[in-house]
Amino acid sequence: MAKVPMDEQKVARCRAIANSVADDVQRYIDRHTSVGAERTILRSYGVDGLDDRGAPLVNVAVDRYQKEGLLGRGISYFLGRALLAGAEDVQDAAERLAFGPEVDRGEGGPDLAAVKAVLDPHAKAALARVDAARELREGKKRKVLPGPTPHKYVIVATGNIYDDAVQAKAAAHAGADIVAVIRATAQSLLDYVPHGATTEGYGGTFATQENFKIIRRATDEASEEYGRYIHQTNYSSGLCMSEIAWMAAVEGLDMLLNDAMYGILFRDINMCRNFVDQYVSRRFIARAGIVINTGEDNYLTTADAVEKAHTVLASQFINEAFAKRAGVREEQMGLGHAYEIDPWKEDSFLLEIAQAQLIRQVFPVHPIKWMPPTKHKTGDIFQSHVHDAMFNIVGIATNQSIELLGMFSEAIHNPMLMDRYLSLKATRYVYSACKHLGDEIEWKADGIVAKRAVQVLDEALELLGEVSDQGIWESISKGSFADVKRTRTGGKGYAGVAERHADYLNPVLDLLEKGAS
Amino acid sequence: MHPPDGNAAPIRAYGDREGDGMVQMSFVLPIPPSAKAREAAKRFGEAHGLREPLVATMEECAKGYTYFVVYGHSVQSVDISQIDVPEIRTEPLTREEIEHRIKARLGRKIVVVGACTGSDAHTVGIDAILNYKGYAGDKGLESYKGFEAYNLGAQVENEQLAERSRALAADAILVSQIITQRNCHKENALAFVDLLTKQGVRDKVVLLLGGPRIDHKLALELGYDAGFGPGTKPGDVASYLVERLAAPQAED
Repeated sequence: MAKVPMDEQKVARCRAIANSVADDVQRYIDRHTSVGAERTILRSYGVDGLDDRGAPLVNVAVDRYQKEGLLGRGISYFLGRALLAGAEDVQDAAERLAFGPEVDRGEGGPDLAAVKAVLDPHAKAALARVDAARELREGKKRKVLPGPTPHKYVIVATGNIYDDAVQAKAAAHAGADIVAVIRATAQSLLDYVPHGATTEGYGGTFATQENFKIIRRATDEASEEYGRYIHQTNYSSGLCMSEIAWMAAVEGLDMLLNDAMYGILFRDINMCRNFVDQYVSRRFIARAGIVINTGEDNYLTTADAVEKAHTVLASQFINEAFAKRAGVREEQMGLGHAYEIDPWKEDSFLLEIAQAQLIRQVFPVHPIKWMPPTKHKTGDIFQSHVHDAMFNIVGIATNQSIELLGMFSEAIHNPMLMDRYLSLKATRYVYSACKHLGDEIEWKADGIVAKRAVQVLDEALELLGEVSDQGIWESISKGSFADVKRTRTGGKGYAGVAERHADYLNPVLDLLEKGAS
Repeated sequence: MHPPDGNAAPIRAYGDREGDGMVQMSFVLPIPPSAKAREAAKRFGEAHGLREPLVATMEECAKGYTYFVVYGHSVQSVDISQIDVPEIRTEPLTREEIEHRIKARLGRKIVVVGACTGSDAHTVGIDAILNYKGYAGDKGLESYKGFEAYNLGAQVENEQLAERSRALAADAILVSQIITQRNCHKENALAFVDLLTKQGVRDKVVLLLGGPRIDHKLALELGYDAGFGPGTKPGDVASYLVERLAAPQAED
């Protein structure tokens, strides 16, 4: 294997620092909840439906308690009290929270133990539902095995879920292993999850529970038809990242775009909110065995890919540390990075391969997510196709796990049928032609590639040291990642954060944290 | 080879010989590959004005769909003497010249406010023009002493952009639009002009539109002063703004 030099002690130090950075934030997370997190818990009990103006019931109920300053008790507490007060089932109880004549201020009535007891079977059922979906999905995967890695990941984004289903099958036919349905533009900033099957969306298709079902059915059919397991992916990011994680968990999705900091940096979501929500989302993800794809590739679209390469590695250590704290196993951590160096820079290919190989070695069991060039793509589709071929060589030679395929029309439009076909065809060619390239070559000990790998790790360690000294909150506000600056109380969704009461109740999260079966 | 000058006869596509009209097309037809499909692709090429179309590739790209590459001689020509495309007539100025003209002719900073408006979440374009970092080695407006640049980022509502621009006493407003599906970028860009007109401030600012599907002609049609398409460098925008806002007559 064409390994690059990697100082194990430096890697261990990076991990230790990232752990301390995440511990600091985790202390905050453990003292807070959010409207998104509480809505997720309500959904996990089986609460569903809309009010007469089309707002999800979980939003109406949770917002009502947040507005009254009561959410710090946990929505479960009030749900349990509604059950004890005679609600027929959880749905009825949630409707009482949403529409009942009086807000339950949580005073008097049954004691905490009684509330816990009445919720206990519902919390267990919530986990059983996630477990059953996981078992069903893993059963399918045992029956129809996935293809070899790197898994070829393509995107569909028609705006209409039924067209997406057609395109997903077409992609599977052409050799895709993973199909992602891109979300409609700006869904990440909606503080509710749209309901039902959707056929209109700009820039992509809404992530809804019904849409997940429809596309899952299509990819299952494609798995059967082509004898190769087709993975299904969506986006657990933005203000509803935890609700979408739960939906993906119960609808049998294999992967989710999910990042501890992406929303803060690229969608201007408030840090406090984002940290709380990512934790809850990852608790469900851990339980469901879903593979996360983190978003470090995005750093290189706003910052320079040569100068800021180390920020990707530093962030991967941090994402890993956060994910561990939510019970996510290393085998579920698809840490992201990208081929974004200016292609006209001399030896750009060598710098790319150095970083890709370094990341492969630093995270040996993680299903690393390798992202294609986008920033330097132009309307010259022929040049773009060559650019993607070079990216593919790095992907196969450094054995990346998940490769999002480059599209020659990247700078022009969302991929069309033909674009995806040609991309898959070219990738199949490169993967086959260079199958054992990585096993055959060795890098010169003092060559460009080796030196670059050493430099990136050194710089990542240095940056992590700075982040640790000032804390992640301060680091983000100074633009340490992606050159984007965010403040602790700025951004969207801060009003949806609540400090946990001393008697905060959340039996579902408790069970997820215990890992009980 | 001798490229014809602008006043010559209508021009044709050039492949191997003058006037051979050679072009390639690639497309998908919703049929499986077959002899009949090949003939369909040939006729499809002919319908587009290709003589002697050669179906160079026919491959199934999805179940029931075939991908074709067709070469042929296009019978079409264009008379470029009949074409009138408005172009931004600004000489690109050097950084020093830009700074000098603003200082000498205007004597204060040019205030520029930019945003990706509506549902657009893609800030690559506006960041390239406004942020210090710039694009392709050309630093953004933020890096100039003569500009005071405010980048409001993504998903900014038209009302919000108008209000911030007023509060900051903007000389110029940059609207960046990337999302192109179903022409929503046009509608939203147009709505912003309407809003400024309604507020009676349209003529008080220089209004620029930028994005990968934007050109100067489209920007003018939508009521903007100038449009900037792909490949625009910050210096291009800076030069244009200097031309507009720090013209020689402003010099005492």
